[in-house]
Order: sequence, then C-alpha cells, then structure tokens
Amino acid sequence: MDLATPKFISRRRLLQASGAALVLLNVRPAIATPENLAAALKQTFGDQRIQAGRIKIDIPQIAENGNVVPVTIDVESPMAADDYVKRIHLFSEHNPLPDIVEFELSPHNGKARVSTRIRLAKSQNVLAVAVLSDDTLWSAQALIEVTVSGCG
Amino acid sequence: MAVANLKVRVPKSAKRGAVIEVFALSVHPMESGFRLDNVGKNIPRHIIETFTCAYGGKEVFRAKLHPAITANPYFAFHIVATESGELVFAWKDDKGNIGEERVTLTVS
Repeated sequence: MDLATPKFISRRRLLQASGAALVLLNVRPAIATPENLAAALKQTFGDQRIQAGRIKIDIPQIAENGNVVPVTIDVESPMAADDYVKRIHLFSEHNPLPDIVEFELSPHNGKARVSTRIRLAKSQNVLAVAVLSDDTLWSAQALIEVTVSGCG
Repeated sequence: MAVANLKVRVPKSAKRGAVIEVFALSVHPMESGFRLDNVGKNIPRHIIETFTCAYGGKEVFRAKLHPAITANPYFAFHIVATESGELVFAWKDDKGNIGEERVTLTVS
C-alpha cells in the first residue's frame, strides 16, 4: 500500500542507519594480528631461529587498566665482557603496532633486568626476545588479560 | 629547560663493582597517534623516540620507544659502579624536544 511507504525516512530506518553509522565510527585502527607480529619479528631478526628460554617476563596476569601495565624483563646472563645481553625487544600480538620497546644493554649494566610500563589494547600475549652477545635469540611470552583497553 | 621533564633516582654513593639500580621517569604525554579527539579527528602522534643514559661519558643504556609505552615513560635498569662520575639521562621526542638530567655518583 502506498500509504505504508512514507515520504520521509521512518524512525526504524533512521535508527538502523544511525546504528550502522555508530558501528562505522567505532572502527578502530588496524589491530596487529599475529601475522603482523610474525612480520615484525622477521623484519627485526630476519630468519634467525628464536629459541624459548633464558628470559623471564614479570607482568600481571590480569591488567585492569591497559593504559598502564608494569612489566619487568629478566634475562639469565652473567653480563660479562664475553657473554652479555645486547638487546631486549618487547612485542605485542594485538596492539595497533607490534613493536613495544627495544633496550640496548652492555656489560656495564651488570644485570640484564629492565622495568617499564606499557600499553595494551586488549587481552593478548606479550613476547620478549633477547639478543645475546653470541647473536643467539631467546624468547619468552606471557598472556595478559586486559579489562580496560589502553588504546583510545 | 626550566621544567623538570626527567626525574631520576640514583644512589648517591656505591662501592666499587657494585651493581646499582637506577630509576628514570620522563615527563611526556606519549600521544600514540591512534586516539581520536571529541570530534573524531586523529590526534597526531607525539612520542619520545629515544631514551639514553651515559655514565662517565659512555652510553650504558638506550631504549627505543614506540607508542605502546605509557605516558610519562618509566625505566628501571642497572649499572655497575666502576668509578665516580656523572650519569647523564636524556630523552628526545619526535618533535625534537629534549629532556636531560645529570647526577653525580660517588664510588668508594
């Protein structure tokens, strides 16, 4: 019936359209997928083998606020002139960018232990990779439950 | 810089060969570049890109930061106390602003 088709936009249509618009407005920037993480690892370390072990991530299992997550990375190393940790990289699985931070260390540090505070967009694994003076790569990962996103 | 934009905590003195822990807090918004303002416009990225610490003129610690580091970046790390000297902490952001703090460590 012609009477049933209104000349102006109906309330239902308006609600549907505004709902769709809200969904579109809420689209977040591209979130790093594990593939992005793999690409970042490849870009940083090439095809070198990353072994598990020798590194410990101290991070809360549940982070209520993804904006401020304290993290401490500890690498087993004597930090002697011939055996030390050169770099420590921290990567995220589901942040907009996979890189979090990179530390450069030397035997002057005496201890391969660094603390900082990071942002996490959502619940995810955080991956730490240590580059030793003999160029071997060691890694560890930790799963963090994030209650409130640290993005936007 | 007039405003203290880098605060550090370093022991005043240490025994030779001791491993000391140092803390540094840089005052910076660390705007990630992924946030939107109240009219849906992108807030441009403004982050510290590098943080360094030199001891006796030699760099002993360097961090390369990405947007996933929180506002007012905090770092704690260790240094072997080898001889009395100055510790120079510094950061540089993507707009060329810098922060610096110097502390003297006495080694006995």
